[in-house]
Amino acid sequence: MSGARGNGFNRRQFLIGAGGMAAMAVAGCGSNTGRSPDSGSSGSKPALSQWYHQYGEAGTQQAVERYAKEYADATVTVQWSPGDYDKKAASALLTDGGPDVFEYGNGPSIDMVKGGQVVDLTDLLGDAKSDFTPSLIARMTYQGKLYAIPQVTDMQLLVYRKSLLSAAGIQPPTTVDELLAAAKKLTTDKVKGLFVGNDGGVGILGGPALWSAGLDYLKEDNTFGFDDPAAVESLRKLRELFTSKALLLGAPTDWSDPSAFTQGLTAMQFTGLWTLPQIQKAFPDDFGVLPWPKLNSSTGAPSVPVGAYGSAVNAKSKNVDAAKKFIKWLWVDQADKQLDWAQSFGFHIPARKSLAEKAEKLKSGPAADAVKFVNENGHAQTPLLWTPKSGTAYSDALNRIIKNGTDPAGEIKAVKAIVEAELQRVAG
Amino acid sequence: MSTVTTRLRGRHDRNLWFLIFVGPFVLGLVVFVYIPILWSIWLSFFDAHNTVTPANFVGLGNYVDMLADSAFRSSLITFVVFALFIVPTTFVASLGLALLVNRARFAKTFFRSVFFLPTACSYVVASLIWKLSIFSGVRFGLMNTVLGWFGIEPIAWLSVTQPPWYWLVIVTARMWLQAGFYMILFLAGLQRIAPSLYEAAAIDGATGWKVLRFLTLPQLRATSTAVLLLLLINAFQAFDEFYNLLSSSGQYPPYARPPLVYLYYAALGQGQDFGHGSAGAVILTLLIALVALGQGRFLGLGRRED
Repeated sequence: MSGARGNGFNRRQFLIGAGGMAAMAVAGCGSNTGRSPDSGSSGSKPALSQWYHQYGEAGTQQAVERYAKEYADATVTVQWSPGDYDKKAASALLTDGGPDVFEYGNGPSIDMVKGGQVVDLTDLLGDAKSDFTPSLIARMTYQGKLYAIPQVTDMQLLVYRKSLLSAAGIQPPTTVDELLAAAKKLTTDKVKGLFVGNDGGVGILGGPALWSAGLDYLKEDNTFGFDDPAAVESLRKLRELFTSKALLLGAPTDWSDPSAFTQGLTAMQFTGLWTLPQIQKAFPDDFGVLPWPKLNSSTGAPSVPVGAYGSAVNAKSKNVDAAKKFIKWLWVDQADKQLDWAQSFGFHIPARKSLAEKAEKLKSGPAADAVKFVNENGHAQTPLLWTPKSGTAYSDALNRIIKNGTDPAGEIKAVKAIVEAELQRVAG
Repeated sequence: MSTVTTRLRGRHDRNLWFLIFVGPFVLGLVVFVYIPILWSIWLSFFDAHNTVTPANFVGLGNYVDMLADSAFRSSLITFVVFALFIVPTTFVASLGLALLVNRARFAKTFFRSVFFLPTACSYVVASLIWKLSIFSGVRFGLMNTVLGWFGIEPIAWLSVTQPPWYWLVIVTARMWLQAGFYMILFLAGLQRIAPSLYEAAAIDGATGWKVLRFLTLPQLRATSTAVLLLLLINAFQAFDEFYNLLSSSGQYPPYARPPLVYLYYAALGQGQDFGHGSAGAVILTLLIALVALGQGRFLGLGRRED
């Protein structure tokens, strides 16, 4: 999901503190933009710079460099960015030294779109449009215009140890209450029942808690989506989970890393699709996957968050047309490269249905279940109009509800006020 | 050579050398410090989402928004409280260390180095050690192992807020990192006190606490004032260890959130809201300046020592 993938996440977390600030400085003042000098480049071919964040899997950097090299109509230079990529890319767009083509988690932010920092890519998809995962296309579209092309789909899901559940005589939980009961029953003095991140789920359960109650961040008409008793009930469950003593807290690694699960610290964990290869290695065929369960038998539906890095074109690029052509070539025309990108290194779902069907690794076992969840229970992580300020307000509220036990109804009201102001700002 | 250039270059080319030595630093200071500060003040009067060359002037709007923003206000209040606690504690700890090391009869250099070493450690590295090994929430974390000997349940130090154990983690990390540096400042101060003063005091019959109270502390006043000021500014600029200890998956909890961390998320994150971010930074700077001035006046920083 945004910024979190495989082993690289840890390394990136290490670098965020120091690297984040350094990246700002580099982006602001550096002259090396990864773009080869315009003059003197081979003949009349335009020079393009393309930015990626640092993917964790070995071989990914070589792969994107290979793709870039194979493109005949421009000289494409790849810049691979460790550290806090989102901040680096966002600040580079302010300068003349930014990339021509760059990826961004779930596509460019609404403020980038409104600020005219990215280029309309609607005409690039052509007939392929219906082949892309619709929820991702919708997420990267604003007022009918597409601003990024999804590269590869990622998702989060619940993993559990089959052997531990059957030893405790528990069925895989289908409601939040069953999940709570299962977590309590699975907890021993050595193993905790469930791991949802060291913050007790503040970071990753905000969305699932709403979807499982049949709600969403925003309604269809882009108004505040969860001023509702079901949301109060659902958030209260997260507090109950936090105080149940069945939740693993303060683990050495966070939810995005499979270590807590593979080292036997927890029997169930909410984590990313990218961890499945490592889990398969640790517990061959002794694990299953589930979506986050629905609130109770009468309310809501199971859900999984779905996200994708999207490839976008910087409006300040000197070669906007060449950049658009390159994106179309790589992420629309070159199906074999897209399949290679999704399958050869880690564990991701291609962003196109026709390719997802071709992906061998996704045809059986937990991976096949995961694909099913994406299609049946997938929700875009956050809506486009859910601005960072709204995000902060909601996660502050979640912190207070989950950790301090404050009343969810009051917190939701406070979030609503901020979100509505933000929606108005964005619309205006 | 014309007389004007000769005059400009000064006696023995003194002006020329002055420029050669000072020029690059002044230039760097102007480009990387003063221009950004002025630019930031300018930005604080504009609606500057995702742009550093905004056109939409909003006057004092951003300042009003920031002061009305309860999250920003609470971060300021948290940090006044944090400063009120950490400043005196670090002050006393480093003064105590300095007095002890100064009186050590042997291996003085060794002790001095040992206590100073943490200063050379990066805040990021220290926070990771604190977070992952000492105060890890699982049963095999260092602190939890110790608690386990006494049959106490493991505590998730950084995850729970009731009681707020995270303060213990933050404060101990900061003390460990900072105490050694201020100890060195105090040691330097202690070594400047003339031995004859102590001899005179001894002849007058002063011992122990009396010497400390009426001789050492007054003599250390200049050092103490400087240390207090530095500690205070450091407390308000807190960022590294907080960010590395408490942030997780793209969010930072609303408690123990220093103003700088809040502004970092508002202005530099995906938010890219430079108007409000700059306004917050200006408010914070004014606050630090105000406190520093007040403190300077109260303690007499820069007043001529007799």
